[in-house]
Amino acid sequence: MLKKITVTVNGTEHTAEVEPRLLLVHFIREVINLTGTHIGCDTSSCGACTILLDGKSIKSCTVLAVQANGKSVTTIEGLAPEGGPLHPLQEGFKENHALHCGFCTPGMIMRAHELLEHNNNPTEEEIRWGIAGNLCRCTGYNNIVKAVQWAGAKMRGAELPNTEPEFRCKNARRRIAKYGAGVRISSNTGQHFNLSTN
Amino acid sequence: MIAQSFQYESPQTLQEAIELLHKYGDEAKIMSGGHSLIPMMKLRFAAPEAVIDINGIPGLAYIKEEDGMVKIGGLTRESELEHSDLLAKHFPIFADVTKLIADPQVRNMGTLGGNLAHGDAANDHPAVMLALRASVVATGAEGEREIPIDEFFYGFYMTALQHGEILTEIRIPVPPAGTGNAYHKLERKVGDYATTGVAVQLTIDSNGIVTAAGIGLTNVNPVPLRAARSEDALIGKPISEETLKLAAQYASEDCSPSSDLRGTEEYKRHVTGVLVKRMILKAAERAMQ
Repeated sequence: MLKKITVTVNGTEHTAEVEPRLLLVHFIREVINLTGTHIGCDTSSCGACTILLDGKSIKSCTVLAVQANGKSVTTIEGLAPEGGPLHPLQEGFKENHALHCGFCTPGMIMRAHELLEHNNNPTEEEIRWGIAGNLCRCTGYNNIVKAVQWAGAKMRGAELPNTEPEFRCKNARRRIAKYGAGVRISSNTGQHFNLSTN
Repeated sequence: MIAQSFQYESPQTLQEAIELLHKYGDEAKIMSGGHSLIPMMKLRFAAPEAVIDINGIPGLAYIKEEDGMVKIGGLTRESELEHSDLLAKHFPIFADVTKLIADPQVRNMGTLGGNLAHGDAANDHPAVMLALRASVVATGAEGEREIPIDEFFYGFYMTALQHGEILTEIRIPVPPAGTGNAYHKLERKVGDYATTGVAVQLTIDSNGIVTAAGIGLTNVNPVPLRAARSEDALIGKPISEETLKLAAQYASEDCSPSSDLRGTEEYKRHVTGVLVKRMILKAAERAMQ
């Protein structure tokens, strides 16, 4: 039997009649049509579907849409106004090369959001335990940890950490001087990245 | 994965929830955090006709000290246990165990009552409750009854809860001074079920003699297991190489793990013994502080 629910998503109230077995992530993606929240494992392991439910990070593949009735949901789309400045976490991920394919990123950012809410100056260990429920298969996590620290610094008004990649290749600085920023550099180990001036 | 269709009920009072349990009979399941139930329903290992969501019932989530007991509401979330100052004071074991349960998002939903009522020997709280000698309160149409933890776990996903009863409270005796407790589990990766896990609580008097001991084991037995012979090996004696060795040996002999993807039976018995030793030492160290 269908059940009528009202959920406030990113500040906007949505009312819909849903089957009780509809998962919250399907409600968000297919009823509200907000596809920034991803479905990865569908078994509450990977964290790609992480959203905030009444301010707390949860895995929306393991919560029913009816459980969100009368509650407030925040998704990645709700972090920053469209066309406006990015949220410090989004900016942090961008500046610190904290994503490659980007599939885990919305969940990773929503989880980090609650983490920074409790503690805007977390240690590396606290961040790693804090994102223990979010899998990333590209980055190796190091730059995600840096991005969260960077966002924390920005949110508390502290000096921003250096975002230069740790990886250096021979002649990089000379090449920047010669060709300018944004040049694609290949290392002797076959890795590439684009150099930037900041 | 989509669960089989079910009727969803969200009662606003405990009485209403109990009435619904009677209305639907055996086909109803109580949902608290839902993080064991919903995955089972998605895999169609469970297909209840009705899900009774108790999250809308006020007053089921609390942590308080009363009458020499710490009382925890059945609907209290893992994340609330993790950050409770009251629990940190008497029971550092809760910080040990919650950090190892799943991950922060799951802990924002998962509840202590649900963890116990699920009756899964792979869950971590049963062993902790055995070590702390807790009891659980079941509320039904006839009122409340208190069940000692040793009489609570019956078999695979089976507990002493009768149909029409809801686990509403967990009571843990506040231990005397000189008590320490600790938990650790071996896990393949963060948030996994235990390969084996050990919970220990010890009370040690001013002469260094162990006067009380509780030891619970996770996921090495069909039901959560009290390592009774290991407890007896410690009581009335100081902690020594000899008592540690005996307690470890008894626990590895008395458990009954099965070989699976987490390890062979022999391996699990061995690691159980190792963890028993380590947790006794950690609990003893905390008892002396």
